[in-house]
Amino acid sequence: MAAFILSRILQAIPVLLVVGFIAFALFAFVGDPVVTMLGQDYTEAQRQALIHSLGLDQPFFVQYAHFMWAALHGDFGISYRLARPVAGLIAERLPATLELAFTASVLALLVGLPMGVYTGIYRNAASSRLFLVFSLIGVSLPTFLIGILLILVFSVMLHWLPSFGRGDVVHLGWWSTGFLTISGLKALVLPAITLGLFQMTLIMRLVRSEMLEVLRTDYIKFARARGLSDRAINFGHALRNTLVPVITIVGLQFGLVVAFSIVTETVFQWPGVGLLLIQSIAVADIPVMSAYLLLVAVVFVVINLVVDLLYYAVDPRLRIERRAAAGAR
Amino acid sequence: MALLDVEELKVEFPTRRGVLRAIDGVSFGIEPGEVLGVVGESGAGKSLTGAAIIGLLEPPGRIAGGRVLLDGKRIDNLPPARMREIRGRQIGAIFQDPLTTLDPVYPVGRQLTETMQTHLKLSDADARRRAVAWLERVGIPAGAQRVNAYPHEFSGGMRQRVVIALALCAEPRLVIADEPTTALDVSIQAQIIELLKSLTRDHGTSVMLVTHDMGVIAETADRVAVMYAGRIAEIGPVRAVVKQPAHPYTEGLMGSIPWIERKVERLRQIDGAMPRLNAIPPGCAFNPRCPHVFDRCRVERPDLLDAGATRAACWLHDA
Ligand SMILES: Nc1ncnc2c1ncn2[C@@H]1O[C@H](COP(=O)(O)OP(=O)(O)OP(=O)(O)O)[C@@H](O)[C@H]1O
Ligand code: SF4
Ligand SMILES: [Mg+2]
Repeated sequence: MAAFILSRILQAIPVLLVVGFIAFALFAFVGDPVVTMLGQDYTEAQRQALIHSLGLDQPFFVQYAHFMWAALHGDFGISYRLARPVAGLIAERLPATLELAFTASVLALLVGLPMGVYTGIYRNAASSRLFLVFSLIGVSLPTFLIGILLILVFSVMLHWLPSFGRGDVVHLGWWSTGFLTISGLKALVLPAITLGLFQMTLIMRLVRSEMLEVLRTDYIKFARARGLSDRAINFGHALRNTLVPVITIVGLQFGLVVAFSIVTETVFQWPGVGLLLIQSIAVADIPVMSAYLLLVAVVFVVINLVVDLLYYAVDPRLRIERRAAAGAR
Repeated sequence: MALLDVEELKVEFPTRRGVLRAIDGVSFGIEPGEVLGVVGESGAGKSLTGAAIIGLLEPPGRIAGGRVLLDGKRIDNLPPARMREIRGRQIGAIFQDPLTTLDPVYPVGRQLTETMQTHLKLSDADARRRAVAWLERVGIPAGAQRVNAYPHEFSGGMRQRVVIALALCAEPRLVIADEPTTALDVSIQAQIIELLKSLTRDHGTSVMLVTHDMGVIAETADRVAVMYAGRIAEIGPVRAVVKQPAHPYTEGLMGSIPWIERKVERLRQIDGAMPRLNAIPPGCAFNPRCPHVFDRCRVERPDLLDAGATRAACWLHDA
């Protein structure tokens, strides 16, 4: 087991190196930090001194190595725009994004999974067709439009929920949470629905098609022939067998949710890293942009690892293969 | 009284181009402890008959007529919850392909205890003990360790043994085995049939054994039903049907069976093909292929008639 985790982490290293390279290359190709930092008036000597102090006179790969080494230590440089360490900026904003992404994903799973099971089992029921039509809308409407519609109805017309911001937060160490205050929870509702809707419909459709597939298998027919209850057949056997693909998609989607929370955060002025990114892009704040890239890469790597571990727990066939492979070594 | 009685069973599939009648008036009975062999070409309706008996026809297929009685009580019109109590507990089923019949994500022991505890009042410990005993009874050594193994850790033959254990573990009085050895290696087929035979004999369980293998029928069955185009062509004691077939179709099937040597033989091929469901000829469905066909065969459909030791649906036996 430990060997499995270790091998997965080792596999992630090249991925991170490549993403790191791209993040680093941003500095070279987007804007010139020296010009940006020097401002309007400068002497050639000042310029040379700055280039030297930034290490920009060193060979490309040395600079890359420095960049990665610093990043490994959580040092992503100083934001051009805010003149503060990027790591601190991101750490401040990350809880907002992660809490939003988490809430959106949980919501998507809690609603999407039962709906998928229901529409899979009662595939011809009128309510199933209704869910499917609804899911089509969820898949096809762009996120920002859904967000704006929700704001229009629940904030502007009904005044039930706030239309922007995160509400009051409570600080637990460096983490700030909106889960512990009423206004924080209220502020979460609309952005979470907006962000989670696409996923929810995706999960529903995925679970439904997997259920339809599994319900046709011989082992489900045999389970019926053994006289098992519908509950045991639908949930114990059918749903259980759909879990592997569902876990993959839901896991990978969580990565996408973090990455694409940008739109939702912009619509709701949600103070997360997505909003930070948008603000940074507007002024070509390269350190923030490259740190964001690396952050998303790390999120994906971690999620992949978690998904693999869940697989391992869910599918006995994998467990055996691994045992056999370990024995052969 | 017969354990199972099937009376004038009809199974239909509504399709866009009208209703297909796949089973058209099948009647037979199975006595307690009896093994009924069912043979016939592919598409004759053997599997559908079995599925209709245990109430597991795939929609849109449905029972369109007739009755199925267990102990003289109708089971074809029971509400789903009542039918579930019969499946597994009164009538077990064994499927064709053991590689796909077991749920891949649960250990075999768990599937056994689940089945038993659905039907019998058993504590977890008792169920587990019985699961181990069942594995050993079906010839899986070291059952105590193997209960925790997953289906993919067993070979095909071993998996079919597990399937047999699953079909029998709630002690049903009838087992419907639909080609239980077709998907297995030839070298294992005889063992599996032998196992099924001995276990059901020990428990006095009746068997409806669907197979293409006349050798198996000859050795295993007490009676045999020959199906053709959704009907029974001939039914009777196995020796009579094999040695003195009364229906020309059975005669064709049996023509090349070396009965004395009891060699395993597939059914002999008969010229022509069984008609499709939407093109069954009027009169006797076998008439286009029958060497003895005469005028009446083309207009009037024969029902089962007494024909010596057996009953055959053929006008040759109209007294
Ligand atoms: N869903 C369906 N729709 C229409 N016709 C069907 C359907 N299922 C089965 N049939 C028809 O019913 C007839 C009987 O099928 P059945 O599976 O009982 O045959 P069988 O005797 O078991 O054949 P085999 O030896 O190949 O298993 C076949 O002609 C088949 O085409
Ligand atoms: S009824 Fe006629 S066609 Fe049919 S099997 Fe008998 S002889 Fe042949
Ligand atoms: Mg069949």
